[in-house]
Amino acid sequence: MLRYIAHRLLIMVPTLIAISFIVFVVIQLPPGDYLTTLIEELRELGEPADLKQIEALREEYGLDQPFLVQYVEWVFGLVQGDLGYSFEYEQPVADVVGDRLWLSFIVSVATIIFTWIVAFPIGVYSATHQYSWADNSLTFIGFLGLATPNFLLALVMVYFANVWFGTEIGGLMDERYIGQPWSWGKIVSVLEHLWIPVIVIGTSGTAGMIRRLRANLLDELQKQYVVTGRAKGLPPFRLLVKYPLRMSLNPFISDIGDLLPQVISGAVIVSVVLNLPTTGKMLYEALLSQDMYLAGSFLMFLALLTVLGVLVSDLALALLDPRIRLQGRAEK
Amino acid sequence: MTGRAASPPNAGKPPPGGPANERFVSEAPFDPLSIEALTPEQERYYLAGQWKLMWWKLRRHRIAVFCGGLLAFMYLCAMLAELLAPYNLATRHTGHIYAPPQAVRLFHAGRFVGPFVYGLTYKLDRNTLQRTYTVDRSKIHRIRFLCRGEPYRFWGLIEMDVRLFCPAKGGTLFLLGTDRMGRDMFSRLAIGSRISLTIGFVGVAISFLLGIGIGGLAGYYGGWIDSVVQRIIEVLRSFPVLPLWMALSAALPVTWSPLWIYFGITLILGLLDWTGLARAVRSKLFALREEDFATAAQLMGASPRRIIGRHLLPSFTSHLIASATLSIPAMILGETALSFLGLGLKPPIVSWGVLLSEAQNINVVALYPWLMLPVVPVIVTVLTFNFLGDGLRDAADPYK
Repeated sequence: MLRYIAHRLLIMVPTLIAISFIVFVVIQLPPGDYLTTLIEELRELGEPADLKQIEALREEYGLDQPFLVQYVEWVFGLVQGDLGYSFEYEQPVADVVGDRLWLSFIVSVATIIFTWIVAFPIGVYSATHQYSWADNSLTFIGFLGLATPNFLLALVMVYFANVWFGTEIGGLMDERYIGQPWSWGKIVSVLEHLWIPVIVIGTSGTAGMIRRLRANLLDELQKQYVVTGRAKGLPPFRLLVKYPLRMSLNPFISDIGDLLPQVISGAVIVSVVLNLPTTGKMLYEALLSQDMYLAGSFLMFLALLTVLGVLVSDLALALLDPRIRLQGRAEK
Repeated sequence: MTGRAASPPNAGKPPPGGPANERFVSEAPFDPLSIEALTPEQERYYLAGQWKLMWWKLRRHRIAVFCGGLLAFMYLCAMLAELLAPYNLATRHTGHIYAPPQAVRLFHAGRFVGPFVYGLTYKLDRNTLQRTYTVDRSKIHRIRFLCRGEPYRFWGLIEMDVRLFCPAKGGTLFLLGTDRMGRDMFSRLAIGSRISLTIGFVGVAISFLLGIGIGGLAGYYGGWIDSVVQRIIEVLRSFPVLPLWMALSAALPVTWSPLWIYFGITLILGLLDWTGLARAVRSKLFALREEDFATAAQLMGASPRRIIGRHLLPSFTSHLIASATLSIPAMILGETALSFLGLGLKPPIVSWGVLLSEAQNINVVALYPWLMLPVVPVIVTVLTFNFLGDGLRDAADPYK
């Protein structure tokens, strides 16, 4: 097991390096840099750009350096916890970001837990009652959940949450708590607001999860050992829980790897619509204004979250399934 | 068929003096093949090619066939969009801003009139600045069919003015209401379908090329090429897609013309989608290249390109088509999301996502819910592609 963990951790290093390179290439892609955008904006306002100051800024942040030098400096900064400097906010990225990374993390984890809690009973029920009217209607709702763009679902949910429950629109906590240190009241407020984004982001993932669990469980239920168990008189529930359910749980865990990128993607667009204080909205604005280090740190953080999620799911799978442990690598 | 004759009427007691055993014996020579003879139906089944078998199997999948038909109909509509739309894309009705949908009716005051809409009267509340429209039951606007409406250019080429249906002279016909500039939503939806429905196809074409090319190389050669490709795929797959899409489309130069942006977006959608396909191609090739027919082709001196393209790929094209069908909806949703955020296509180009970007705030849900209607075709398209893809995937293995 230790060998497996070490192996898995070692693989992560080149992956992360490659990801950081791609992120840097992507944020460098737009022609020009933040300073040219700034000059352009100032010109539109009719103010003369202070060229000397801009040159100084350019030199200070190494924007005049060749691409690779900039990249290496950025990565070394990242490793030491220095996320770079946000041009737009004129503050270090770490200060601008603040709570956002944590809140993103909380939303993602809460969404995955929601997905499990909802998908598990529904999936099991659908498989054990195949083609019943409940199964059919649940399947249909699931398909609908897959097909509805979640930003629109978010809008509609917010509207009805406001009309029916009086929850205020958008945000992830009461306005009183924004910028405040963490306290019990703040946690409660976050929990009160969390359910809308969690449901919205979780819908499509849940629908997919239900379908996969149902398919897996159906496959298992048709196997000989289930017939044997039934023939020797095992109570149906015990029979279900003891063998086929366990077998069909593997994909549940291995799916975190697929689910997490999906959840994070969904969180980005939903947070723009719902005005959540997570990474999504700021990433969106940073991308628009070419605030490259800010955008880069967000992209890097989201990718890191995904990679870590896959790692956790692989390790959990290895714990569950000796075949993977012994083989030394996870199979998809 | 047994050759035995019916038993004689007096079978109970032994026949008096007749032949000892009255059994029917066929005179015809025995043909051993006759036992294995196939009914014409079986023969048809055994001799049918792979594609024919797939078609038969698909035909039994009712939902998939229905969805296929629906999709064909939608693409036909997208092709003839200008004919279907009663107005042009940019025609503004300044007197009808945010007008609600007009219902099509058949009966007026208990008597049949044919399809018509009631007129709308518009009133602006001076205090709240809210526009209210009331249905004016005295005005009956009959819908005209196959009529001359606003002139337009069919496919941007041919000057025409024939439309499938248009409003009555002096009347209006807003089947799905109007937007903040008084433009007819139905017309915009119909014409927007052209972009939304094709973007998935172009994107999938790109990801097909990349997936088959790269996956084919990895699967055929194996070794270090394979491990490099595997690593690249792993890295790409560990990215959350949407943020990367956003970053890439934010990088598209603003100076590009709408058409270039369109191709840029499809390229972006395709660039991140090929990994799943490449994996499928690779694993299939790993199995297939060990087959005898691959070795035979190799011994006869065929080039790797020919072996992959001519001998190996055709054995699982059907699987590839099925998985491509299943990845189109993701692209349509991706385009919708990007355009909604304002990072994808931008007006004057109209797609369903661009139309939905008008519905960005909560006011729309409360006051002008018809602006959210473009989501209906999005959902329908995504669902139909999913069902059709499921059916195709089941049919892709006709021997099962």
